[in-house]
Amino acid sequence: MSVNRRDGASAPVVTGVGVVSPNGIGVEAYWKAVLAGSSGIGEISRFDTDGYASGIGGEIKGFDPAEHLPSRLVPQTDRMTRLALVAAEQTLADADLDPRSLPDFAVGVVTAASAGGMEFGQREMEALWSKGGAYVSSYQAFAWFYPVNTGQISIRHGMRGASSAVVTEQAGGLDAVAKAGRHIDQGTPHMLAGGVDSALCPWGWLCMSRSGRLSTVADPDRAYLPFDTDASGHVPGEGGALLVLEDPEAAERRGARKRYGAVVGHASTFDPRPGSGREPGLRRAIEAALDQARVGAGDIDVVFADASGVPDLDRQEAEALAAVFGPRGVPVTAPKSMTGRLLAGGASLDLATALLALRDEVVPPTVNVTSPAYGDLIDLVLDQPRECSLTYALVVARGYGGFNSVMVVRR
Amino acid sequence: MVTGIGVVAPGGIGTKQYWELLTAGRTATRTISQFDASAFRSRVAAECDFDPVASGLSQREIRAWDRTTQFAVVAAREALADSGVLGVSDPYRTGVMVGTACGMTQSLDHEYAVVSDEGKKWHVDDAHGSPYLYDYFAPSSMAAELAWIVDAQGPVGVVSTGCTSGIDVLGHAADLVADGTADVMLSGASDAAISPITVACFDAIRATTPRNDDPGTASRPFDRTRNGFALGEGTAILVLEEYGHARRRGAHVYAEISGHATRANAYSMTGLRADGRELAEAITTALDRARVNPGDLDYINAHGSSTKQNDLHETMAYKRSLGEHAYATPISSIKSMIGHSLGAICSLEVAASVLAIEHGVIPPTANLHEPDPDCDLDYVPVTAREQRCDTVLSVASGFGGFQSAIVLTAPERAAA
Amino acid sequence: MASFGIKELVDVLRESAGEDEDINLEGDILDIDFESLGYDSLALFNTIRWVERDLGIALSDEAISVTGTPRALLDEINRAAAQAA
Repeated sequence: MSVNRRDGASAPVVTGVGVVSPNGIGVEAYWKAVLAGSSGIGEISRFDTDGYASGIGGEIKGFDPAEHLPSRLVPQTDRMTRLALVAAEQTLADADLDPRSLPDFAVGVVTAASAGGMEFGQREMEALWSKGGAYVSSYQAFAWFYPVNTGQISIRHGMRGASSAVVTEQAGGLDAVAKAGRHIDQGTPHMLAGGVDSALCPWGWLCMSRSGRLSTVADPDRAYLPFDTDASGHVPGEGGALLVLEDPEAAERRGARKRYGAVVGHASTFDPRPGSGREPGLRRAIEAALDQARVGAGDIDVVFADASGVPDLDRQEAEALAAVFGPRGVPVTAPKSMTGRLLAGGASLDLATALLALRDEVVPPTVNVTSPAYGDLIDLVLDQPRECSLTYALVVARGYGGFNSVMVVRR
Repeated sequence: MVTGIGVVAPGGIGTKQYWELLTAGRTATRTISQFDASAFRSRVAAECDFDPVASGLSQREIRAWDRTTQFAVVAAREALADSGVLGVSDPYRTGVMVGTACGMTQSLDHEYAVVSDEGKKWHVDDAHGSPYLYDYFAPSSMAAELAWIVDAQGPVGVVSTGCTSGIDVLGHAADLVADGTADVMLSGASDAAISPITVACFDAIRATTPRNDDPGTASRPFDRTRNGFALGEGTAILVLEEYGHARRRGAHVYAEISGHATRANAYSMTGLRADGRELAEAITTALDRARVNPGDLDYINAHGSSTKQNDLHETMAYKRSLGEHAYATPISSIKSMIGHSLGAICSLEVAASVLAIEHGVIPPTANLHEPDPDCDLDYVPVTAREQRCDTVLSVASGFGGFQSAIVLTAPERAAA
Repeated sequence: MASFGIKELVDVLRESAGEDEDINLEGDILDIDFESLGYDSLALFNTIRWVERDLGIALSDEAISVTGTPRALLDEINRAAAQAA
């Protein structure tokens, strides 16, 4: 769509990353698991999935909030907020960024959400309906609402700059980072951005099942097979990633040590109404993001795919990638095959993963895909990591309803 | 440039009725009728007399959409008809940004009660529950519906920042037009969350007014006797259009969004720091971005929620950011009339600010009879004031610590 | 009705609002204001809802203040409980 100011020189740099994921808490634990092809997908253990069409997901196991968070924060937070607070702490530590040591209003936060704190909400609605309004927690008013992660992170770390929250279903993790980039342009030089999400409770599970996109295959290794001839939908997971984005000069000024890369291009588009017969908006989003990054398709070294797992959507994506990059023109990967789709957290985790791939010049694998369906269109990196020279990565995220978001990052 | 306005509000559906209510100083707060609220502490709300059939929605739309989406679609259609932009703009350069604080809460509350057998089952029942549950789960579904109406294939999404959503989303949409990402944005906010869970939430923190015996005067911003906000519901959707695009097609331009800013208080999820520093900072930054001086302001459309805490905080923020001009500028809170519709309200307030510019009338603060001695500015009590308005500030403050400000200016300024 | 004392109040505070790791709620806290004890208004609202439900009482908005102390709150609670009894 558009090209605004973001050319190479002033593109925001990523100086810190934090990850909470079904296959690892912490950047390095996660990255090691991804390169090993180690999946965090399994049978849901937190609640009984009998009676539901599917029972497979990407849970973060062994996460005890009391180990990670002050006790004052535990009663007032949903699981997704607890996970987000842990990720935020990691990310700021990784960036060596202490908002309280910087000028007032210099640091902001933008998070992506999908449904807010569903598990907390289910518990409070249970209290309301079974016992009455007097039993609803005074924390419910915000524990459930969409920008709760932004608010709680801002309060905990003293971040008073321009802050926000966005909802574009599973495209949100990139849109939040793009919005943070705008906040940097507008004068908040240091931003924390991304998404961490969870809705793994019976009520969330039932709602998600109504998307019609959950796989009903009961084998954890066969349930989510993006771009496979046996693709049958996806499995939901929980977690995500947050990143510190900074104006490069401001990062320099405060002596930031790490540079994972720069966010050089982004575009969001929307698909035409279903059934209209017109082309989906994905190809346009990819082309506009490349334009904004001022690079050609040939400059992109790896694509992190949305990898829906729904056959029609997989085909759309493979066709769009082949149209822009040429058939098998660029390595494509879907490490989310090891975590499931993390609602608003997935796209920012892909972005973090792309930056780690650029750092170490290795493309992480897509696991469990044994029978690629679009081998003529895309070069899917299967089973083993692929070492190669990497400068630019392109990340694709799509959201239910027709949202397309594409981001280009440079080493 | 604002080239179209659509409104669903308590006391009237449509922009014309909305403006009549506001300038007459009539209140639309009443005893909650959408469900039996007799067991709750606060039983007052400003409800919309909304008939989806009369508003042109089909049976399928009524069945599938939460009331929040229904409002948004009806307001969007009015705004599009008002602007005449439908079918004129390039789909690839047309977008939608919609705000909401509570999303599809009413449907989720109702559906939850069904699938849990009124809270008896943690393991909710898959055999029941609407086929549209996922659309209620993620409020991005509302943005999608609006996008299909206007055939928007550019940037589409939801900005949700609690009670500042309506300003933050319009600010973001204005940015997308200003930086060349889109020519036309359909943008505003919608909330229709007058539902047991919402009422219970606000009861739990004693934020809503318990003045149940006199619902018509329940919302009393800046009054000494104020004791909480009155819940509301509604929607305002605006058409924002790039200046040249609007001019070339000869569109009527109501006003320009010339600056906005948001800050966080990093203090409390619900509380406000007494000194109003962060809101003051947002106001100052929005004025700077609009290239407007405090002395240029003709009117301030206040947050004025009618809580003890907010109205003081806001008054402090005006003094801090505007200095002596805080005393000279008329300020009013339309929440006195249409309650506090959470995320939607500040889009309704921006719509009212635009209409104040258009008509040269400042809507009053109703129910303000006993001024709080600590709220010592000109709050335009009870009666509307005719006065030319070229430059208007609207502010909001909300849960999560968000503090936002937006500046609207008369179109002549942009042309000059 | 058994009287509602500091031990009971601390139990409810912990359960409904957690506790600040740097503050010893077992110490002599009767005259320390809630804010200094690490509790904001939300924590107090949540705590007081538990107390109100358990004791079948209703406290006024004025009774709930972060600048108040456990002693003052306990006085309010026990006065309301005596009236309700």
